Amino acid sequence: MGEVLLQLENIKKNFDGTDVLNGIDLSIEKGEFITFLGSSGCGKTTTLRIIAGLETPDEGRVILEGKDVTSLEPNQRNVNTVFQNYALFPHMTVAENVGYGLKIKKTPKQEIKKKVKEMLELVQLEGFEKRKPSELSGGQKQRVAIARALANNPSLLLLDEPLGALDLQLRRTMQHELKHLQKKLGITFVYITHDQEEAINMSDRIVVMNNGFFEQIGTSDEVYNHPKTSYVATFVGNANILHGTIEKVVDGKALVQLCDGKALVDMEAYALEAGDRVTVAVRSENIQVDEDCGCGLYATVMEKTFSGGMLRMILQAKDGTELVASRHGIDARANVGDEICFRWESDHAVFVDVPDCKRGVRK
Amino acid sequence: MISKKKRITWAALPLYLFTILFVVGPMIYMTALSFASNKGGYGVEWTFTLDNYRQIFQPVYLQTFGQSFQLAISSTLIIVLLGYPFGYFMSKLRAKGKSRMMLLIMLPFWVNSLIRLYGWIIILQTKGVLNGILQNLGLIEKPLKLLYSYPAVLLGMVYALLPFMILSVYTSAEKLDWTLIEASRDLGAGKWQTFRYITFKLTFPGLLSGVILSFIPSMGLFFIADILGGNKIVLVGSLIQDQMTRGSNWPFAAALAVVLTILTSLCIYLYSKITHAEELEGM
Amino acid sequence: MKKNTKWSNLYMGLILLFLYLPIFFVILYSFNESRTTAIWGGFSMKWYEELSRDRDLLEALGNSLVLGVASCVTAAVIGTLGAVGLARSHLKTKGMVEYVARLPIMIPEIILGMVFMAFFSLLNLPFGMVTLVIAHTAFCIPYILMNVKTRLVGMDPSLEEAARDLGASSGRAFVDIILPLLMPGVLSGALLAFAMSLDDVVISIFVNGPRLNTLPIKVYTQMKFGVTPEINALCTLMLGATLLVLAIWTIMKKLHR
Repeated sequence: MGEVLLQLENIKKNFDGTDVLNGIDLSIEKGEFITFLGSSGCGKTTTLRIIAGLETPDEGRVILEGKDVTSLEPNQRNVNTVFQNYALFPHMTVAENVGYGLKIKKTPKQEIKKKVKEMLELVQLEGFEKRKPSELSGGQKQRVAIARALANNPSLLLLDEPLGALDLQLRRTMQHELKHLQKKLGITFVYITHDQEEAINMSDRIVVMNNGFFEQIGTSDEVYNHPKTSYVATFVGNANILHGTIEKVVDGKALVQLCDGKALVDMEAYALEAGDRVTVAVRSENIQVDEDCGCGLYATVMEKTFSGGMLRMILQAKDGTELVASRHGIDARANVGDEICFRWESDHAVFVDVPDCKRGVRK
Repeated sequence: MISKKKRITWAALPLYLFTILFVVGPMIYMTALSFASNKGGYGVEWTFTLDNYRQIFQPVYLQTFGQSFQLAISSTLIIVLLGYPFGYFMSKLRAKGKSRMMLLIMLPFWVNSLIRLYGWIIILQTKGVLNGILQNLGLIEKPLKLLYSYPAVLLGMVYALLPFMILSVYTSAEKLDWTLIEASRDLGAGKWQTFRYITFKLTFPGLLSGVILSFIPSMGLFFIADILGGNKIVLVGSLIQDQMTRGSNWPFAAALAVVLTILTSLCIYLYSKITHAEELEGM
Repeated sequence: MKKNTKWSNLYMGLILLFLYLPIFFVILYSFNESRTTAIWGGFSMKWYEELSRDRDLLEALGNSLVLGVASCVTAAVIGTLGAVGLARSHLKTKGMVEYVARLPIMIPEIILGMVFMAFFSLLNLPFGMVTLVIAHTAFCIPYILMNVKTRLVGMDPSLEEAARDLGASSGRAFVDIILPLLMPGVLSGALLAFAMSLDDVVISIFVNGPRLNTLPIKVYTQMKFGVTPEINALCTLMLGATLLVLAIWTIMKKLHR
């Protein structure tokens, strides 16, 4: 793809004896929409603050447009941030907020006015110039924060869970708008969220973070359909994690012994062989439940709940493993306490946590 | 980043300099002075001695300390009794009433405190307002001698320090979560029980800080004793002032001040201990 | 419940009466024709006329105002910078300094007064306005420090970061963002400190010069040797001025909305 805009090299950061970042490497291309996805405390915000210059890494380098900016102050970087709680200056009007960066740069007043107007138009807040932040709704504050960060023409825009405080409806609209804005302006977005749905909807690439490490970097499809680790499979895809042993490999499919039974799993490009201990991830919606299917695994229905149009069943397999199956609509057949049979299509199950030596080359 | 942190810490430099030069310095000097001896006529001889402290234990001065404490304790007690209900009732007012009441409590602060005492003199003096009223009503024949007495000083202290107690209790009662009281009532506690186990406990830190705010100054407000008590009531404060000016025995004044400082620090220390314990108990 | 409210209102009314009774008589007797407060000699404005001619008293008032403003401004600068600096610093001495800086309002005033008197004569500082300002600054700082600290605690740290992120240097961010947001705290602290300074007699009496009188000292000496009703008149005027300022402020606030 295009040229590299930002490079992180072996970034390490420690707060009060806790390692927050354990040596991460990443390069971001110009015009990309990249999302850091992870639960709170995984180090995603720290990474963002290091890029912004609000924190200095203990080790490693930050290279922006070919220049080492590791020790530069935040005001010396052409990077702007949309803060989680907006951080709008409460004593300034919307126009003053948006024009603040330009005022610092000693831009002529007339030009600031023009740019502010242009930015407010961009975020659809025309005519809000004179308002104070306290007179705005959450969504409006969000737009002002974005306009303010964009007014400086940054080469990189950082967004720290910008939609976290909004309600679901507004969040969906804003997701769409942000993506649209990014495409229109062609600015690189680095986005932080703990919401997998948001990440999948918006990003060109997703970086899944856990404990200060990158678990996986890839497109939405790669991360969702081909998770590399059990963490990614559960965090992004709400998958069931099952442990077993490969019995034999036939036609690019492995027959795996698990849950007191056997099931087929697609090999993809992994160089696994019979006798290997493996971990298998299957998303709950891919588990099919039948009264009897002959070739499947057996389990007891422990719990049955209905939410968001989905039926969720907690199953307990014969060997005690618990797993979740979900599907649209209501299933009247299986009731709590019933013994049922479950199975999946072989291409719906993937191997995760495969050691490097067994990885092989993906097609 | 390191340079940034350093630069901002520089902002505190004037504060550091000021406190070291004009708070710590004088305090150390006072302590040193308390171990020196008096040469007469404001002279100080720098020989180490404990005489000044020994002097405090003379019956005359011990009596002064005793009187100061007695006055401070009784005025604080009255202030608690008068101020606690006020602060509590005030916190129950509606928002508008609260801010109005706040204004009414704060306003007297803008009249010079000496002048307010003078107002009491107008009322209490022999030919004053109160005696006039009582005589006109025929309740007394001869005017009562109200001024220049122990009760007059007590009144002055209570008057000067009551607002601090009210504000302090109000601040903590204001923060009270009223659903806790409803919960207590809901769980079967009576009004009195609820007050005793919930309201009082939760407003106790405010009460205590009010006690500190009225107890400590009451030992130093020599001018109240001076003006309303004539020369009859001698407090530690009056003694220090006297030794600094007329008596011109600075080392002895310093020793008195050191003892008073230690006693008040002890009060503050106990206060912080108790309130911390209270907070923990509440958890 | 209604009966309770009645009783509590009555109680609060009585306490307020207690607080305002002496003030009422001070104001009343400022209009007294007679010189002594023992006799009501009829309504008169003569003490207000006398006051306007009383050089000494007006000078004392002027001194008090100069002292109050000077020490408040000094304390506001030192205290605000100090609170911000302490909040950011990671030095171990931080808590210690804060404790010591608050000492002047925790110990009895008399001790502060005598300590300053002894210390200033050690330094050979001539007693006068300078010593008064230093002493008053010492007890004004805690009010500013506490008020600013409360505001700082409630302030979102990302506001400063946002300013830095948008290109402001840390100094610029302080002036543009932090200072304006701290201002209400600084002002309310300074107002309280000013009131305390204007009212202080205990500390001033130890550190004022032989020729320099502040209003409270003047009142104090008069009270020991006989008060003239001019002082009643002056205090009435001061209270009136306070009420006027308060009223203007309230109206401005309403208009601003």
